[in-house]
Amino acid sequence: MLRRALRLGLRRGLLSRGLGTRRGGSTLDWTGRVSNIKKKIQSALPGGAWNPLYDTSHLPPEQADVVIVGGGVLGLSVAYWLKRLEKRRGAIRVLVVERDHTYSQASTVLSVGGIRQQFSLPENIQLSLFSAEFLRNINEYLAVVDEPPLDLQFNPSGYLFLASEKGAAAMENNVKVQRQEGAKVRLMSPEQLRNKFPWINTQGVALASYGLENEGWFDPWCLLQGLRRKVRSMGVLFCQGEVTRFVSSSTHMETISGEEVSLKRIQEVQVKMDCSQEYQPVECAIVVNAAGAWSGQIAELAGIGKGPPGTLQGTKLPVEPRKRYVYLWHCPQGPGLEAPLVADLSGVYFRREGLGNNYLGSCSPAEEEEPDPGSLEVDHDFFQEKVWPPLAWRVPAFETLKVRSAWAGYYDYNTFDQNGVVGPHPLIINMYFATGFSGHGLQQAPAVGRAVAEMMLEGRFQTINLSPFLFTRFYLGEKALEHCIL
Amino acid sequence: MAASRVSLHLMARNSGTSSIRALSRAVDSEGSQRKGRTLLQFLADYFCDVEAVREYLLRKQVLKVHQKNRFQGNEWIRSGHGLSPLEFRKFQEVPVEAVDASGCAINYQGLDNLLALKELQSLSLQHCPHVDDWCLSRLHQLADSLQELSLAGCPRVSERGLACLHHLQNLRRLDISDLPAVSSPGLTQILVEEMLPNCEVRGSDWARGLKLGLEEQAQGPK
Repeated sequence: MLRRALRLGLRRGLLSRGLGTRRGGSTLDWTGRVSNIKKKIQSALPGGAWNPLYDTSHLPPEQADVVIVGGGVLGLSVAYWLKRLEKRRGAIRVLVVERDHTYSQASTVLSVGGIRQQFSLPENIQLSLFSAEFLRNINEYLAVVDEPPLDLQFNPSGYLFLASEKGAAAMENNVKVQRQEGAKVRLMSPEQLRNKFPWINTQGVALASYGLENEGWFDPWCLLQGLRRKVRSMGVLFCQGEVTRFVSSSTHMETISGEEVSLKRIQEVQVKMDCSQEYQPVECAIVVNAAGAWSGQIAELAGIGKGPPGTLQGTKLPVEPRKRYVYLWHCPQGPGLEAPLVADLSGVYFRREGLGNNYLGSCSPAEEEEPDPGSLEVDHDFFQEKVWPPLAWRVPAFETLKVRSAWAGYYDYNTFDQNGVVGPHPLIINMYFATGFSGHGLQQAPAVGRAVAEMMLEGRFQTINLSPFLFTRFYLGEKALEHCIL
Repeated sequence: MAASRVSLHLMARNSGTSSIRALSRAVDSEGSQRKGRTLLQFLADYFCDVEAVREYLLRKQVLKVHQKNRFQGNEWIRSGHGLSPLEFRKFQEVPVEAVDASGCAINYQGLDNLLALKELQSLSLQHCPHVDDWCLSRLHQLADSLQELSLAGCPRVSERGLACLHHLQNLRRLDISDLPAVSSPGLTQILVEEMLPNCEVRGSDWARGLKLGLEEQAQGPK
């Protein structure tokens, strides 16, 4: 009753104002006005973002505990696990800086979306196994109150790798390692292959390995949106801007053997806003480099690799963008519902897309013929010359097909050994990496996020030991080579 | 004290196994002290430790509600129809041929129990609310023996999960009707029939679509 009286009083008061200017909307709901007043009071109190001179709501905060450079699936996964593993709720202020909120060039959303356990390194297999379990229970991990559940559109059809005589022994070894780690993989002879998939031409194939469970493909956009939604609800701050400068301080120390070492610590990250010269310095304790294809540039900004070559100071982060094409075609006589993601020994791969006899696939170009990563233009001649012939040889039904569309995306390609880089940098002690996965980052993102969060919070890997993926291997020359790269 | 705690534990967990309750009721009349000892002796005869009892009861709980089991050559055995654990021991070596788990809240981990049955010929997972595409990808372990599978009415099964049924080459009867998550039921049925040539696939009701057409024709000229 009091509320009604007040409302009537207000209305009458405003009507009688007449010439006075009225701010805000035309409807005068009491709850709306109260929440507006509350917001204004909160922003004016200390700790709020209120600035009496101009509106700073689009700028990132002046201080953050962790700044994650890059808002793709890896960056968001690190943010999620940081918030999930923090000891006290709200203990860590995390800021995710993403240059492009439409994700038009991000590797995450341009990916084919596959997940497999058929790797040669045990660490990669473990990462994929945990990520499959994460995706299977995604609505338990990423549930947000009052929001609908996520549907990843997962196709559990598996991966089928084909090997020639030369590669058969390596494939058998790999399958042994995969089975030891708990992956369900079956080896098939050419005859079994013909029986199961009669549309494959098995000439030249000596052995095939078929993943039975936890392998297939899903919708990466859905995973990204699910992570964003959950991470926002956990209190992570987002900022649309570009990191242009790191301000760091150095301390000169001596090692046990008497050598002088200069350890740097990033004090401040300067974030430049979109389409303006305005920037905000963000004081931070830790910086995570999850910038994907542009991680190399971010590392250079931080001063990694500025030193005489051959020394630790002179070791660059060997991650660079590599352009990869994906083509979508229609073939009315093509393989049916049972088709897995087939990876031929020539490097060509394809998978079914939907129920209408559409397929998508591609091939990684040879080292000498790498396309220019300057833009994401598609080269259709690449399909005609490099993808179609081996494809039609392996699956004769693909001799008649019609390309419907194509796109290109970047691999954050690790030129050293095509495996990810995780963990801190030895000299810049508060920069952590979560990048360089060379085409299998999406499928390992949940597990890698957890590993990096553990490294940041506990100082060591607790669940999956990713020590072979630390930065120091670039200096020591210890390659963690992955043989099964698509 | 330990004996009475154990017996309470059983009572709380035990909605389906009327037999053990019947047993403890029968022993009740002999007084509380003797009841404890007899029950414990009985348990000690058949299970090596408390963990084994709990596992046994958990397995029974997984196949609860409308659970019916059929052993080789025998009739369906329903829970709650007075089959005591003693009689179950008689059937220990006999392989399970058919499981009807319709309406059960069985999930991905729960399937472990069903996949251990290597001679299973018929499996009915009708109207199971938690069976989804990931669960279907595990069914390949039953490929050698499974002949009949029913997934009718499972709200989470989509055509993507049906694609991994191609491992089940011995399947002769498949029921995929009434799957709300499948986007185009007619097309899916055709593709599944192509995928499993020896299998009779029962999908959505064709006649329903025809009848609607006739009704529209009847109302048209009016």
